[in-house]
Amino acid sequence: MRKTLLESLTHGSLTEPAPAPDDSALAELATKVDRAAQARLGRSLAIREVDAGSCNGCELEIHALSNAFYDIERFGLRFVASPRHADVLLVTGPVTKNMRQALERTYNATPDPKWVVAVGGCAIDGGIFRGSYACVGGVSETVPVDLHIKGCPPSPTDLLKGLLALLEHVSAKR
Amino acid sequence: MGIFDSIPHVNAVLSHRPWPRAVVTEAGWQAAIDRLVEGGLTLLGFWGEPAAVHMALLDGGLAEIAVVTYECTAGTFPSVASRHPPALRLERTIHDLFGLVPTAAGDLRPDLRPWLDHHAWGKSYPLSGRNASRDVQPYQFLPAEGEALHQVAVGPVHAGIIEPGHFRFTANGEHVVRLEQWLGYTHKGVESLMQGASLDAAAKLANRTSGDSAVAYAFAFARAVEAALQIEAPRQATLLRALMAELERLANHLGDIGAICNDASFALMHAQTGILRERCLRAANVAFGHRLMMDVIVPGGVTRDIAPDGVSALRALLAELRKVFPRLIELYDNTASLQDRTVTTGIVKAEYARQFGAGGYVGRASGRDFDARRALAYMPYDALSFEVPVLQAGDVNARVWIRIREVEQSVALIEQILDRLGPGGLQTALPPRIGRGPCEGMALTEAFRGDVLVWLRLDGELRVERCHLRDASWFQWPLLETAIDGNIIADFPLCNKSFNCSYSGADL
Repeated sequence: MRKTLLESLTHGSLTEPAPAPDDSALAELATKVDRAAQARLGRSLAIREVDAGSCNGCELEIHALSNAFYDIERFGLRFVASPRHADVLLVTGPVTKNMRQALERTYNATPDPKWVVAVGGCAIDGGIFRGSYACVGGVSETVPVDLHIKGCPPSPTDLLKGLLALLEHVSAKR
Repeated sequence: MGIFDSIPHVNAVLSHRPWPRAVVTEAGWQAAIDRLVEGGLTLLGFWGEPAAVHMALLDGGLAEIAVVTYECTAGTFPSVASRHPPALRLERTIHDLFGLVPTAAGDLRPDLRPWLDHHAWGKSYPLSGRNASRDVQPYQFLPAEGEALHQVAVGPVHAGIIEPGHFRFTANGEHVVRLEQWLGYTHKGVESLMQGASLDAAAKLANRTSGDSAVAYAFAFARAVEAALQIEAPRQATLLRALMAELERLANHLGDIGAICNDASFALMHAQTGILRERCLRAANVAFGHRLMMDVIVPGGVTRDIAPDGVSALRALLAELRKVFPRLIELYDNTASLQDRTVTTGIVKAEYARQFGAGGYVGRASGRDFDARRALAYMPYDALSFEVPVLQAGDVNARVWIRIREVEQSVALIEQILDRLGPGGLQTALPPRIGRGPCEGMALTEAFRGDVLVWLRLDGELRVERCHLRDASWFQWPLLETAIDGNIIADFPLCNKSFNCSYSGADL
């Protein structure tokens, strides 16, 4: 263990420079985030991830945000265990009908001000599961969405760009 | 036809490949269940159609597979689950989706509680083709009675970044007396979307049945189509398929080893394996243009060759793994406080692993020596050499060690494949659409968590008429209920992570 720890100390950091916030995400947010809410949050957002029926591909990439290469916590973004501690809901999946009520309840349990970020092609409009008897199709049909991050699944860099845009937007207008 | 020697059957379905399928009467169906109950055969799959049910059976000793079909002329079929428990969730699913009713003689009462149907779809029996409605009743968990027992309800939204499902614990103080799972939250109706889908659309759905096993599903789907159409992918394509399958296994096992240790509060391992996992995904992205390698495997072959710099990216990955991974094994092996959590925790009895036909590390950590790559020797594994690790202890520790050994095997396999890659065709043309009758195919591939089964029937236009995808998790989830018995609630995350079953794959 000592060798592994020592090497981690002596070798340079693996963490990569932050990507620029996504322009289209900034544009989408400009119309949605209200000024009063922005005043109450700094460069620190607590994120509650909700899988609303994804194939688990998006979860794998959201997990990757915490590894040494992306190190999401350096931006003041962190994942929390309860919606009651969250500012942001990160929602994946085509919202299965079996998950709709749980998603609504999670949204209602999240204190204001709050933002919802829909992650992945399914979360935008149901994706390839659109039209199934078992899917609502798109997160915005169940709860209001502030930002969409595309991709199947979006790469950790795409996720980071979107979340940084949200963070910039929230703090820029304080 | 070895398996059919002991099962009376009416007629064999000639268009079913590569293994035989035959229609049986009630006597034949019961004879098949007899063989399952006595342990001569293992249940590989159990699925429905609007007016029939099918069971896929494995004779492990002979590595022989067969499918028996019972035609439900009265909308009923003799219950398998009331005699053979591994069939239970699949039987409840058949009832939920097709409205077919399992029946049993004497004192046996089939469990007719819904499984996937949470009464939220706006219709009952969605694949039955009928408009029947089902009584809406609150879900009945199994009772547990005794002094000082209390219940803990967890989910569907969990504390971590994981898929949704409900766990109902009954505990006596810290100790779990009973765990009952209730899943189905991620049910997306994959089988209904498959009906009438083109091969392209269906392959995309197969990739997204369980995202962590995208390659394994695409591989199984492609092979099932190829079996049905009696074509073979070119050699180069099969090598690339196996290359992706082993990369997927590596990435998942590395992620799991770290995540299990993290659930025992050993974050150092999580950080280190997280780096290795990320390196795998980046190498996959360089080689195949997608971190999870989705949509590269298609019926007939693969859509692209490995990128020119892919080989060197993969060789660099292997060199890094060879350097770092042995040190991490040593770290796991020499940290007594970590072993204190994993050794003798969450034991799966060998008897259950055999009865349920548990695949992957869950089965192999409990003495079940089965790996589809070796048992069925599908291309290109027939020409590659590898070992299948098997342990007997059945605890969290054994499931970690199986993964460690499989990481080593996958590294060696990737090396062998890279040495064999050369120029070569990537796709075999599919036969013309005209003048064909329906045909059926079936395939198994070994995903990182166990064998994936795909069964399908294509119509004359090369569209999917019906497709069933069976994840390894179907036969592993129930064993998690047994593994947690007598353990403390605080060890549940550890046990659960050591299984890492798919929700999406089993909810369909």
